[in-house]
Amino acid sequence: MTELAGTRDYYGKTLVELGKENPDIVVLDADLSSSTRTGWFAKEFPDRFFNAGIAEQNCIGMAAGLSLMGKIVFASSFAMFISGRPWEQIRNSIAYPRLNVKIGATHAGITVGEDGATHQALEDISIMRAIPYMNVLVPADAIETAQMVRLAAKVNGPFYIRMSRSNTPLIFKGTDYQFELGKNKVLTEGKDVTIFVCGIMVSKALEAVEELKKEKIFASVVNVSCISPIDMDTIVKMAKKTGAAVTVEEHSILGGMGSAVAEILVKHHPVPVEMLGIEGVFGESGKPDDLLTKHNLNVNGIINKVKKVLARK
Amino acid sequence: MITKDEIHEILTKACIVRSHVLDMTCAAKSGHPGGSLSIAEIISTLYFYWLKLDPKNPKWEERDYFVLAKGHAAPAQYAAMAERGFFPLDYLKTLRQLGSKLQGHPDRRSLPGIEMTTGSLGQGLSVMVGMGLGLRLNKKKNRIYGVLGDGECQEGQVWEAAMAASHFKLDNLVIFVDKNQLQIDGSTKDIMNIDPLADKWASFGWQVFEVDGHNIMEIVSTLEKTEKIKGKPCVIIANTVKGKGVSFMENQLCFHGAPCTDEQLVKAKQEIKETRGKIG
Repeated sequence: MTELAGTRDYYGKTLVELGKENPDIVVLDADLSSSTRTGWFAKEFPDRFFNAGIAEQNCIGMAAGLSLMGKIVFASSFAMFISGRPWEQIRNSIAYPRLNVKIGATHAGITVGEDGATHQALEDISIMRAIPYMNVLVPADAIETAQMVRLAAKVNGPFYIRMSRSNTPLIFKGTDYQFELGKNKVLTEGKDVTIFVCGIMVSKALEAVEELKKEKIFASVVNVSCISPIDMDTIVKMAKKTGAAVTVEEHSILGGMGSAVAEILVKHHPVPVEMLGIEGVFGESGKPDDLLTKHNLNVNGIINKVKKVLARK
Repeated sequence: MITKDEIHEILTKACIVRSHVLDMTCAAKSGHPGGSLSIAEIISTLYFYWLKLDPKNPKWEERDYFVLAKGHAAPAQYAAMAERGFFPLDYLKTLRQLGSKLQGHPDRRSLPGIEMTTGSLGQGLSVMVGMGLGLRLNKKKNRIYGVLGDGECQEGQVWEAAMAASHFKLDNLVIFVDKNQLQIDGSTKDIMNIDPLADKWASFGWQVFEVDGHNIMEIVSTLEKTEKIKGKPCVIIANTVKGKGVSFMENQLCFHGAPCTDEQLVKAKQEIKETRGKIG
């Protein structure tokens, strides 16, 4: 049985640890602190937690102001509301002046589930990575989340960290994996195709690799957990090695991680690319797993894309 | 108490600021002279009398913080900063040109002394609220001063920030609203009426003052009063005239976002010179 853990839980837990280590850590939320787990920080450090209420634009502005006073600021809400609603505030009040604000976005993607389309952020990677100087991170599991939060606290500048609602398999437990900014790690190597994948889809890609082996198809998996700045070298190297690529993300295929990879390949080493993600539509209410299945965001969906791209090789 | 000489000094500086604003925007062939002229007295009172600043050390720990939320009035701030010694007067003629430190709207990364990058309306006050909270966390007594536009008050974020500032009882925050009653598309009354503005701020929990935004005595005595207000933020609604100080620019919409012609510039500067002469 695979061990599961919540990326948002490790986010909340790591913020509490950081709060103990560094008095300059300040956390903001916009009335979702129990869901985003920033409430755990609020309980430990009430003086360093500010609830902006249901006002994300002001939340981002306050975060900017606090960072101007030397604070390392984490501002959180659901990915939909903290990336979409204050996008321009993030661009103009945080990224353009390059302030030290970290956006902890939870409940990203279609797996928010029952709340439906209005709450399912499927465009946040696209709109965040379009902003200069914005570091965009998508952890594959809770362990990588904790590492990213620690790194973001250490590195001066704006960060967007995209997390999920559901618990996900602990991929890196018991390994010496260490997240590095601007690096995309090769998790497994095979000669036929490279699967570039991020977030909750990483564990499914690793499962797909095992299935494909049975058919003598050998795939590499690259964890594109750092989408901006992206690791051009690894992406090009793996495309050269395998000659075909599949991108997989729980996000729109319009402008997301897959687009980021494709932009690099088109310029530096064109190979056939198939993209798996939400195909430019809105989500709907449903159980997270049912929604993933509907959009082929599962092991079978990945296998099909791999076969499709191999046929184009 | 401010002395007569000090008032004369500020009024003289306001004339100099106006003159720079016209020269700068004409040289750039773009910019916002109308809303820069309307805050000439406010900005001059702040930069030449009120704010604790050290132009030689813009990051001085004990300074007051100033944020120009209505960032399009940057020429007025730049002019005051140059006159105050933050940077050489020569810079002024580079406004809005490629590579200039004087961006079209204030940019904290390009110009030391600019506390916050502003210009996208509605965002400045939220940042000031965060600064106020940060100062309190740091147990610092510094104060934050800001200038918002009246049209800017149409942005919903201003009221999110207003709500937060009083919720957090920020008595280290004082803002002016430059009520010149004009915005790009017309009068604020016609485009989107913001009145009764004083009542709105009061109902959001702010201590409200109203002044003639061109009267130094009123501005200063009100700033003095704000220092005694505890447990809430202060707003000074400054009734001003857009394009103030140049007869043919006053209350004229066309000068919101466009400079005057070369001929008009000569005439305008002559008027300002005459005004300055009358100050003595």
